[in-house]
Amino acid sequence: MAKKPDIIKEITNSEYGQGFVTDLEQVFIRKGLNDEIIREISAKKGEPKWLLDFRLKAFHRWESMKMPDWGHLTIPEIDYQDIIYFAAPKKRSAEGEIDPALEKTFDKLGIPLDERKALAGMAVDAVFDSVSVKTTFKETLAEKGIIFCSFSEAVNNYPDLVRKYLASVVPVGDNYFSALNSAVFSDGSFCYIPKGVRCPMDLSSYFRINARGTGQFERTLIVADEGSYVSYLEGCTAPMRDENQLHAAVVEIVVMKDAEVKYSTVQNWYPGNAEGKGGIYNFVTKRGICKGENSKLSWTQVETGSAITWKYPSTILQGDNSSSEFYSVAVTNNFQQADTGTKMIHIGKNTSSRIVSKGISAGRSQNSYRGMVKVLPAASGVRNHSQCDSLLIGDKCGAHTFPVIESQNSGAIIEHEATTSKISEDQLFYCRQRGISEEEAVGLIINGYAKEVLNKLPMEFAVEATRLLSVSLEGSIG
Amino acid sequence: MLTIKDLHASVDGKQILKGINLSVKTGEVHAIMGPNGSGKSTLAAVLTGRDNYKVESGTVLFNGENLLEMTPEERSWKGVFLGFQYPVEIPGVSNVNFMKAALNEHRKQRGLEPLSASEFLKVMKEKMAFVEMDSSFSSRGVNVGFSGGEKKRNEIFQMAMLEPTLAILDETDSGLDVDALRIVGTGVTRLKTPQNATIVITHYQRLLDYIVPDFIHVLYDGRIVKTAGKELALEIEKRGYDWLIS
Repeated sequence: MAKKPDIIKEITNSEYGQGFVTDLEQVFIRKGLNDEIIREISAKKGEPKWLLDFRLKAFHRWESMKMPDWGHLTIPEIDYQDIIYFAAPKKRSAEGEIDPALEKTFDKLGIPLDERKALAGMAVDAVFDSVSVKTTFKETLAEKGIIFCSFSEAVNNYPDLVRKYLASVVPVGDNYFSALNSAVFSDGSFCYIPKGVRCPMDLSSYFRINARGTGQFERTLIVADEGSYVSYLEGCTAPMRDENQLHAAVVEIVVMKDAEVKYSTVQNWYPGNAEGKGGIYNFVTKRGICKGENSKLSWTQVETGSAITWKYPSTILQGDNSSSEFYSVAVTNNFQQADTGTKMIHIGKNTSSRIVSKGISAGRSQNSYRGMVKVLPAASGVRNHSQCDSLLIGDKCGAHTFPVIESQNSGAIIEHEATTSKISEDQLFYCRQRGISEEEAVGLIINGYAKEVLNKLPMEFAVEATRLLSVSLEGSIG
Repeated sequence: MLTIKDLHASVDGKQILKGINLSVKTGEVHAIMGPNGSGKSTLAAVLTGRDNYKVESGTVLFNGENLLEMTPEERSWKGVFLGFQYPVEIPGVSNVNFMKAALNEHRKQRGLEPLSASEFLKVMKEKMAFVEMDSSFSSRGVNVGFSGGEKKRNEIFQMAMLEPTLAILDETDSGLDVDALRIVGTGVTRLKTPQNATIVITHYQRLLDYIVPDFIHVLYDGRIVKTAGKELALEIEKRGYDWLIS
């Protein structure tokens, strides 16, 4: 905590720091989307037939679907035939060895792939465009029976597990982007924590988009077996480009009886420039199921990047006494748009959920919270508390909330609180009169506002997130 | 220390200050009195660099430097402190974090290392006791949920922390009960040294019982119409302002 103001000061004059491009030889599949392309992706990855069939089925389903238009978003038309669906570095890492250019890239991003240099207590699966280039501490984790590897590897080595859980939480046809992802997903992370095992380190996936004209479609599947525990982190960045790039991921989490999963995201895709040119379209489906009794799933997200964000990490509370939390800070500046929130579906008895959403809008951005709390008839003893706050900086941005409560059990206790506030000229002048510069004052106020969520993040991430918040809001005053 | 010459200033195109002349030396306490709308708060705002206040003409030198060219934070670093008439609430930012940011910024400007957490807390505790503030205030949001009196005490606490060379107290006595008035008044007096100076803006004589001014200026319609010693306050208390301005 004591370090925070220094961190803010340090970067007050920096810009999007991850906007560089790595120059290395890559293999691509030609752009476009059809059966042929999907077969090629599948063949490139040496996939079994069941997975190819899964993809093709998903593609045909997608073809019959329409882009969702219910978000409070203005999405320019996307030409899905103009996207490259597979790009990978030519020199893949051989066992124990990795292309120095890739290693350097991840070093620069603060994600050392060399285990000797790695952050203490964190294993990383590094995904570069369409492939996972390295998963660290695989062996250390394997000693405890934990499987942590790239999705492609899991398909080959643990096909039964993958087949059992793939699309079990997010069905292929759940929505337009989950169908698209199911058809063309290229890589991602797979994680299985066996019964009774407490994962000794944080697991994380880092997603990097590098190649021009591509999209990234990763798939993450986390299964926490009975009585297990894992804390999972996800980070992402992309180069600064004038073009928009599509990122449509699917994350599925299965939490068995007495197990607990903490899933944290620091989303820092390139947000576009100050005029709103370029940036990532982040259309992501994340969902977990608390399958067994007393299971627990918590989502924490810090969303600072992307030109457009469409994302609702949700939980199906099926097991009795299961619980879920959603903690979110979403920042939009300049011309960014975000429509994000959560769904808590209460099926089991005595299930509880807590939602804390903090939206921060600056510049000419639009920031929406969209949430649903649904209680099914058999779910007795349900509790939910939602708190939904919006903070405005300046007078050209927008903050919106769209909460939906649907209770079919009259015994459910559901609470919803919401506030809207603004950083005022008076507050800034007061800070400045005490010698605190405007940028730093905004940093202080933002960090104070988002504290409840930031405190939920693992240490390393909290520092990074705090730094990001102030970078994202740079130049938002005046 | 402070030399104001023929200062004219306006807000939203409306002329408020119409030629202020004032000279403040170290070790002095000046009181500025005057009826509502005479320009007292505008003078404080102009001296601290608040937006929307336009200086039309005149000069303000502070220790030989042109104060009007500085940003509000630069003025703060140079030692100008404003005790706000209406202290602002900043939810989510604790008093301790706020003061730490402010104090360390001041130290940085003087080329000093930031205070360690324990050193800082020690200083903070000492200064809070000074204005009889309960230590529970340190973890509360800046001015959030404070009573009127607590807010004003918080201003004097901040003044004690930052040790300004020129403190401008804008209607610090408004909204204070007798006890708070005593705490604020004696607090300010104890902060007085031969090296600093204080400008007290007030309506009433009662604060001046504690903070005894060397000079009293009466501001009316943007000009100082009368300057005298401390006895002037008593006379104003008795006779009002009319006899001075007509």
